[in-house]
Amino acid sequence: MSIFPLAGRFDPARLFSFRGGIHPETRKFLSADCVIEDMPVPQLIRVPLQQHIGVEAEPLVQRDDIVLKGQLIGKARGPVSANIHAPTSGRVIAVGHFTAPHPSGLPVPTITIRPDGADQWGPRLARLRPENAEPEEIAAKVAEAGIVGMGGATFPASVKLNLRAKYDLHTLVVNGAECEPYLTCDDRLMRERPEEVADGIAIMARALGVRQVIVAIESNKPQAIEAMGRHKSVLGYTLRIKAVPTQYPMGSEKHLVKTVTGKETPARALTAELGIVVHNAATAHAVHLAVRYGEPSISRVVTVSGRGVARPANVRVPIGTSVSDVLAHCGGLVEEPQRLLLGGPMMGQPIQNLRVPIVKGTNGILALTKAETRKPGVMPCIRCGLCVQVCPMGLTPFEFNTKIQAGDLDGAARVGLLDCISCGCCSFTCPSNIPLVQTIHYARGKLAEKEGRKHRQEETKRLAAARTAREEAIQQAKRDAMAKRKAEMAAKKAREAETGTKPSAAEASLNGESVK
Amino acid sequence: MTIPLLVSAPHTHSMFNVSRTMLAVMVCLSPATIFGLYHFGWPAVYLFAVTIAAAVLFEVLCLAISGKPILRFATDGSAVLTGWILALSLPPWAPWWVGVIGAGIAIVIGKHVFGGLGQNMFNPAMVARAMLLVALPVQMTTWVPVLHGTDGPDHIQALAITFGGGADFDAISSASVLGQIQSKLDAGLPMASILAEAGSLKDQFIGFVPGSLGETSAALLLAGGICLILLRIITPVIPLSMLGSLGLLSGAAWLIAPDSFPPPQVHLASGAVMLCAFFIATDYVTSPITGLGKMIYGIGIGALIFIIRSWGSFPEGVAFAVLLMNACTPLIDEYARPRIFGRTRSGKPLALREDK
Repeated sequence: MSIFPLAGRFDPARLFSFRGGIHPETRKFLSADCVIEDMPVPQLIRVPLQQHIGVEAEPLVQRDDIVLKGQLIGKARGPVSANIHAPTSGRVIAVGHFTAPHPSGLPVPTITIRPDGADQWGPRLARLRPENAEPEEIAAKVAEAGIVGMGGATFPASVKLNLRAKYDLHTLVVNGAECEPYLTCDDRLMRERPEEVADGIAIMARALGVRQVIVAIESNKPQAIEAMGRHKSVLGYTLRIKAVPTQYPMGSEKHLVKTVTGKETPARALTAELGIVVHNAATAHAVHLAVRYGEPSISRVVTVSGRGVARPANVRVPIGTSVSDVLAHCGGLVEEPQRLLLGGPMMGQPIQNLRVPIVKGTNGILALTKAETRKPGVMPCIRCGLCVQVCPMGLTPFEFNTKIQAGDLDGAARVGLLDCISCGCCSFTCPSNIPLVQTIHYARGKLAEKEGRKHRQEETKRLAAARTAREEAIQQAKRDAMAKRKAEMAAKKAREAETGTKPSAAEASLNGESVK
Repeated sequence: MTIPLLVSAPHTHSMFNVSRTMLAVMVCLSPATIFGLYHFGWPAVYLFAVTIAAAVLFEVLCLAISGKPILRFATDGSAVLTGWILALSLPPWAPWWVGVIGAGIAIVIGKHVFGGLGQNMFNPAMVARAMLLVALPVQMTTWVPVLHGTDGPDHIQALAITFGGGADFDAISSASVLGQIQSKLDAGLPMASILAEAGSLKDQFIGFVPGSLGETSAALLLAGGICLILLRIITPVIPLSMLGSLGLLSGAAWLIAPDSFPPPQVHLASGAVMLCAFFIATDYVTSPITGLGKMIYGIGIGALIFIIRSWGSFPEGVAFAVLLMNACTPLIDEYARPRIFGRTRSGKPLALREDK
């Protein structure tokens, strides 16, 4: 940060970005010049069956099965799920549970494979010629390859490619912003494989049926911008390479769309409702591999960085490799890290167990030393308003904090708590070091719990009411039936009473007849 | 290895913290302070030191009583800053106990009674200044002319002035520009002659006029304020809106009746206006958060200063104006909210435009 940061204030590009945001030290130089290297197959691979948003995949293999590289081992279940493939050849030694790469450390269903070292490919997926493939075929291929959003959100990519059925799409925005500090995996991918990334983008554009394609790259990656600029024309599409200001959280979907198109997505709506779909640059590369070469999503580029790592690097890692193996590949740790993160320092997940696997959404492993992390010690809020200035959603985090501390969760929700995207700008900038994001998460959890309880209560009430109504109806039906029977009886009686004379008359007549 | 911490994101932080912010404000205040101390001589230096020391002492005392961690809170710099700003607003040769009482009011009544750092509704220094002004009208309006270093009282005389209660040194008591204007207007003198006697506008702007310890040099306060804006400690909204509304209102009044209203430049260069615009009104704790809120607040202070100066019984109205607008801050914050991304100002989701 310069002494007079005014120059940053008058950056003309900022006029076209979004309100708020921060400019943290990016420290991308640690790994920005490291060529992507292939990680050798590790001793053990643990592939979780839940690496995506949605329902977990269904295991297709059993213990002691021999699997080949690229073989389907987990099948997508339901509309929002993703296929899982074997990252290498070997023997399945367990289908059970293992710690998730998540701070909770809870176990998730996991397939453990002992690689045989041959790394032998099984049959690849059938290739497509995107030039004359139908959009549905491309989406199906992406689904078959188990590709999920590789920026970290891990939403199944094929579901997003199928949005054309529901919305009138006109623009594909490719997210190459990579706004998180430290991370350089997308940058390297765009610099080293621009033609492949561009091809993947064009394939996705075809699947979506959009008219224009914008590739957004933050201005601190001039080489990536230049490299992508050399491959603008692919498959009849002309990619518009757009340098966007270096400003966190530029990679947030709605903020990126606002920056490159000027359109603001309404709250609680999808960008698709504006006709715009956002995909990550790394996802585009995975699509390229799947469609052109029939390679499923079994590896990804991971940035290994932070001052705690001996040799920061960008590594193509087989899915399921443990964090400790990747760190060992990068020379191990030089200093005991204060934090060990999966993802970037702004939104990354801290982990304690080094044996957790890399999954499709892991874009970085960071070992941050004490000097790189925030210091402990919280001071009271001095209402400086920085959190409000930097909030890209236009919220008032300090107010949430006051309200939540006072237990007024509903009050916090009334002033926009649920619109928070957890980007962390407020916590980053707070001079009193108040853990605002954590407080907000706590409140949202509590509110969700309350909502759940309320829902359950209402459901119970509804069921009870329904039961009473049903019983009432039965009673009523019984009463009605009784009344009807009574009425019938009465009518019968009356008839009998009426006919009581008649039959005698009849009888009489009969008698009379008989008399006759 | 030690187990890495499991804490919520973000894991990185900006370089700013509370004490650095306070330190930056003090650095930006120091040119005007040094100017004041130099021009009013040793009694001013003693008063300044006593006031700040008393503020820190009261802070420690309050922290001890309320059971808060003393070391962490007393070193955050907020008490020093409160004492500093209070000292700047005192008459330079006021006796020591004025500073001590003022610091006591500011820290105990102004700050800790409300719950300490960040909880006070009113600006502590202005609470003290207003209370002193009402309670000690004589001590709070005894001004001295500007001395130039060597002409002033020596150490011994200065000690007598600040701590002895008696003026051993033969100082001509003098009146501030605003005081002169008010009393002479009341006496029925024409504005032109009053202004001629009050000293040139250049002197007022640079600070060669009688006045409070650190308020006389509008130019140095302005420079310090601009530094604060460049360091992004404050935004320019409050200073601009406050100075703007004061300038426009006083300008309009002066154009209509130049005989009974001083020109706007006199308003802007005199009294505590510059100190208030950049260092007092912009106090984080007691000012609104959003840009719009800050604008309303600044305009309100400027207007109130003009009204109190023109029609009030006190020649200077900054303290009262700030306190009155402090009271409005929660209301302003409630209504002047930022627009949430993807929503209209009223909080409804934006409508999907039909621009396919």
